[in-house]
Amino acid sequence: MSAHDTTEPTRRDFLYIATGMAGVVGAGAFAWPFIDQMRPDASTLAVSSIEVDVSAVQPGMSLTVKWRGKPIFIRNRTDKEVEEAKAVELSQLKDPVARNANLPTDAQATDADRTASKDKENWLVMVGVCTHLGCIPLGQQGDFGGWFCPCHGSHYDTAGRIRKGPAPENLPIPPLSFISDTVIKIG
Amino acid sequence: MSGGHSSYTPNTGIEKWIDARLPLPRLMYDSFVAYPVPRNLNYAYAFGGILAIMLVSQILTGVVLAMHYAVDTGLAFNSVEKIMRDVNSGWLLRYLHANGASMFFLAVYVHIFRGLYYGSYKAPRELLWILGVIILLLMMATAFMGYVLPWGQMSFWGATVITGFFTAFPIIGDPIQQLLLGGFAVDNPTLNRFFSLHYLLPFMIAGVVILHVWALHVTGQTNPTGIEVKSKTDTVAFTPYATVKDAFALCLFFILFAYFVFYLPNFMGHPDNYIQADSLKTPAHIVPEWYFLPFYAMLRAITFNIGPINSKLGGVLTMFGSIAVLFIVPWLDTSKVRSAVYRPWYKLFFWLFVANAIMLGWLGSRPAEGLYVIFSQLGTAYYFGFFIVLMPLLGLIETPRRLPNSITEAVLAKNKSGGQPVGVAAAPETKG
Repeated sequence: MSAHDTTEPTRRDFLYIATGMAGVVGAGAFAWPFIDQMRPDASTLAVSSIEVDVSAVQPGMSLTVKWRGKPIFIRNRTDKEVEEAKAVELSQLKDPVARNANLPTDAQATDADRTASKDKENWLVMVGVCTHLGCIPLGQQGDFGGWFCPCHGSHYDTAGRIRKGPAPENLPIPPLSFISDTVIKIG
Repeated sequence: MSGGHSSYTPNTGIEKWIDARLPLPRLMYDSFVAYPVPRNLNYAYAFGGILAIMLVSQILTGVVLAMHYAVDTGLAFNSVEKIMRDVNSGWLLRYLHANGASMFFLAVYVHIFRGLYYGSYKAPRELLWILGVIILLLMMATAFMGYVLPWGQMSFWGATVITGFFTAFPIIGDPIQQLLLGGFAVDNPTLNRFFSLHYLLPFMIAGVVILHVWALHVTGQTNPTGIEVKSKTDTVAFTPYATVKDAFALCLFFILFAYFVFYLPNFMGHPDNYIQADSLKTPAHIVPEWYFLPFYAMLRAITFNIGPINSKLGGVLTMFGSIAVLFIVPWLDTSKVRSAVYRPWYKLFFWLFVANAIMLGWLGSRPAEGLYVIFSQLGTAYYFGFFIVLMPLLGLIETPRRLPNSITEAVLAKNKSGGQPVGVAAAPETKG
């Protein structure tokens, strides 16, 4: 492009590069809204928190609610289920991490760290989406009396921890809190 | 081969007037009438034309279906049923479109196998081949998104599983999935964008097809001998020879197409997709459409961790890799001989590859357990082994058979051994 004999950069070279860079930045800034519009929109984010009344859920009963388009399993576990989950050694677990959004990411997958809160150890609240490829596991089935995914045969125990099959992780616990004795806020 | 000079001569005044301003008739004449094609093309070479017609057919039926389809999770399923029951000829248009997708993939797989058998990807046709692989990728994306639109159970859960692949990537996986879905799960924003893209992508395919045909017309077609055209006696004019042959093959292909449309319209589909999508209930057995089954089998074959890569990510990488490897095929094959006709070992391993691909397809439809998993793993190993080990190796160690000096010589020799007079060399039934 340059017809000069000298190899020294000229003011014109600088202008070419500066103009080119401005063009690239401009194109990038213009492209951003086209990508940005694909992200979850305000109405989708607005329903990212729900409150659920669980007063009617007796021990041994489950409730499935929808949160962020995904099913949330809320289970009032029986004493037997709690005892079974507590009896499991950490070394028996395929995924030793709690996967509990309310705890640090390195929390261990003990039954206490999986339950909804310290004084409500019978309550288990989980995102009901198999961590393998996203199917919905069936409740109170499988080799460990917890959940069983019919798609590719993953077995979860009574604390929703993966015990057998292709799924890599425990069923995740969403951010949640009991805002009263009978109402759970999820999200 | 590309001609260089045009043999088009405008005769009438209006032809001359147009030719001096926009020589489109000249381009068409040179590309599809006078264009020289090798005289020994067999019916395996008809599928390019068939694919072009299938693309037009899919766009045509798709555009009219879109006039009746409603893009909303609350309306989509019922609008498709309305097309089936109420819209005039709606059942026919929808069955043509749904079965047309299967026929499109059937034709493209034959077309790709043809290319692998006759070494069509070798220099100087690497870009031609790469453009073809891009078309295949676009076709897969289009077919996947189109399958989501009826908003049945298999639509919904297929979309969930396939977008779930991206969650296998660490850190960036979840944001990518949310970007694709427009939410935290498959829902209305997902359906809307899939419809938009499903309408757009076929036109992008058409654009790449134009480049594909352009590249083809620069290098010229390969032929069953794999020898380049050397003289005028090696070729015949595109019209009438190739045109009529392609048209006859198209008729046979459409008979098969019509058989499915009129007698087995739901044979390739899943009954579950006639149940409206339910985000709280997974079907017992999620299976993709038949044309994705070999890739699905390879995805599920990786049940073990490979170093730091867990089995889920490994499966996803394997599946993407099975297409990605096609891009480098022109450089993996080290043989100087193009056609498998003259390569005894490659021919054997090629047919094993075809059998293996069909076996993987069958395994993809089976549940992922027991022996099925082991055979899927063996099939996956052979799929990649064929490209990465056999292709480079065979070119170095294989002794090819003697090549004829020209296409004409090959054609004449074949007819002589068949006991037929030289005069019928151009008869189509002897060209197989």
